Amino acid sequence: MAGCVLAYAECREGKIHPSTFEAVRAAGLLAEPLGLSVAAIVIGDGLDDDAGALGGYGAAKAVVVETTGAPPAPSRWARTAADVARAEQAAAVVLPASITGKELGPLLAAELDAGYLPDVTGLSVEDGAVVSKRPVYAGKAFVTVKAVSSPVVVSIRPKAFAAGEPEAGATAEIAKAELAAEEARDAKQTGFESKGGGKIELTEADIIVSGGRGMKGPENYEIIETLASLLDAAVGASRSAVDAGWRPHADQVGQTGKTVSPDLYIACGISGAIQHLAGMGSSKTIVAINKDPEAPIFKVADYGVVGDLFDCVPALTEEVKKVKE
Amino acid sequence: MNIIVCIKRVPDTETRIKVGEDGVAIDVTGVNYVLNPYDEYAVEEAIRIKEKDKSTKITVICYGPGESTKEIRTALAMGCDDGVLIKDEGASARSPDAVSSILSSAIEGREYDLLLFGKQAVDDDAGAVGAMTATRLKLPFVASINALELSEGKAVAKRDVEGGVQTFEAPLPASFSAQKGLNEPRLPALKGIMKAKKKKIEELGPGEAEDKIRVQKMEMPEQRSGGKIVGEGAEAVVELVRLLREEAKVL
Repeated sequence: MAGCVLAYAECREGKIHPSTFEAVRAAGLLAEPLGLSVAAIVIGDGLDDDAGALGGYGAAKAVVVETTGAPPAPSRWARTAADVARAEQAAAVVLPASITGKELGPLLAAELDAGYLPDVTGLSVEDGAVVSKRPVYAGKAFVTVKAVSSPVVVSIRPKAFAAGEPEAGATAEIAKAELAAEEARDAKQTGFESKGGGKIELTEADIIVSGGRGMKGPENYEIIETLASLLDAAVGASRSAVDAGWRPHADQVGQTGKTVSPDLYIACGISGAIQHLAGMGSSKTIVAINKDPEAPIFKVADYGVVGDLFDCVPALTEEVKKVKE
Repeated sequence: MNIIVCIKRVPDTETRIKVGEDGVAIDVTGVNYVLNPYDEYAVEEAIRIKEKDKSTKITVICYGPGESTKEIRTALAMGCDDGVLIKDEGASARSPDAVSSILSSAIEGREYDLLLFGKQAVDDDAGAVGAMTATRLKLPFVASINALELSEGKAVAKRDVEGGVQTFEAPLPASFSAQKGLNEPRLPALKGIMKAKKKKIEELGPGEAEDKIRVQKMEMPEQRSGGKIVGEGAEAVVELVRLLREEAKVL
């Protein structure tokens, strides 16, 4: 008989990242109908207090694995998590589908010889089995997928599950576990170069301002960045802008880039190729600014402005400034 | 050096997806298939290594239906040496755990220093087969790399993560999955295409593997009602901001 649903605490630069709160809540969605408790696994240095605070999101227990120095290799992390999952008799392990989470999920599933439900946007339990909903073809379709064996590893799409406010005063009981032994096959992390400190991740952003071919060149993204910084937004780009070398690939929204679902997506000079529409079509509100009234982006936009982005975007920035004052 | 690249046949990203009659997969009528775009980066990387070390032999392995010989020949035309098809007409319905078990059985016993994948296939977007196959084969694995360097029995790879760039070092044999940006894949030259046509492709059966997850239903996303034009030109932004605040409540 399984004992818990285990949530993975994602640590970035020595701190538990807020995406962890979503994972703990999502674990709760499975634990309740399964009649199990929620536990968290925290691998890091001196994180006992933060691990305890996961109780506010529903974790009854936090298994802390102390590490010092370089972060453990993904494969070693996966073996450690597999040990904890076995010891805690986890029916499911839930991870945030960040870049590292998307790597750890299948590594862990293979260690546990378990099924893997990647990047899910919905979770439920049917007849004692975990059922997930997730986008495929970058969001052009959705599938409902059932785990037909147990345990199962699940990664959750950022922003798809609400973390909500933590319950005041609730703390998780702290337990300790050891890192799995190092093996020759572990890829060692030998470097980390921090970039754009505090930069908002596209997949985690509430607002995204995106620029496409209509930007005409990399130097013109300044107007996008000005608006984005005013709105605390992330900056995105279309594939044509990335392929032209104007923006890094990390900024690309759409198939062969990132699939995003912010509260507000502002598409500037983006015509709306099918690959782009797939990647941002689940945004709550879409604004399009484009001079071609026939651009496909207007068909999905809640609010369209037909006009030259070099006039409209600075004007929008000024108007936002006015209402923010 | 021996390199194995695992590839997949997928619908072109231009494809308009429709749900098929079975309700669990796409309608394949009129769909144009291509070599998975992320696999192209893996194939290209292998070829670049071969260009530096001519003794390198590159084998592409594809698990898929019989038609996948087209995508294998694309990789051969780009410059890979040998093609292996693990033929299974039902391949597209298999789960990543089953696929990784089928691939690792086909890879075991072969000689290789590098095992490369695309970071995900653009059909099911799972991004799991590389990590799972590497784990089954007990290889070092780094996902989603955008730089790779080899020297004296080891590999150094870089990748973008949230907030920065990580560097990893792994002893060979090792496995990696390729992200866009690793290189710029070449188009096959006519000479390569002609040569690839004549190559014999090794054919294997898939053997037994159990699926640990099962697709129950496929559906289309909710249609967006969109299409409202607020106005023309810079004057329209006043009304736009009002609507975003009062109607959409996102500002």
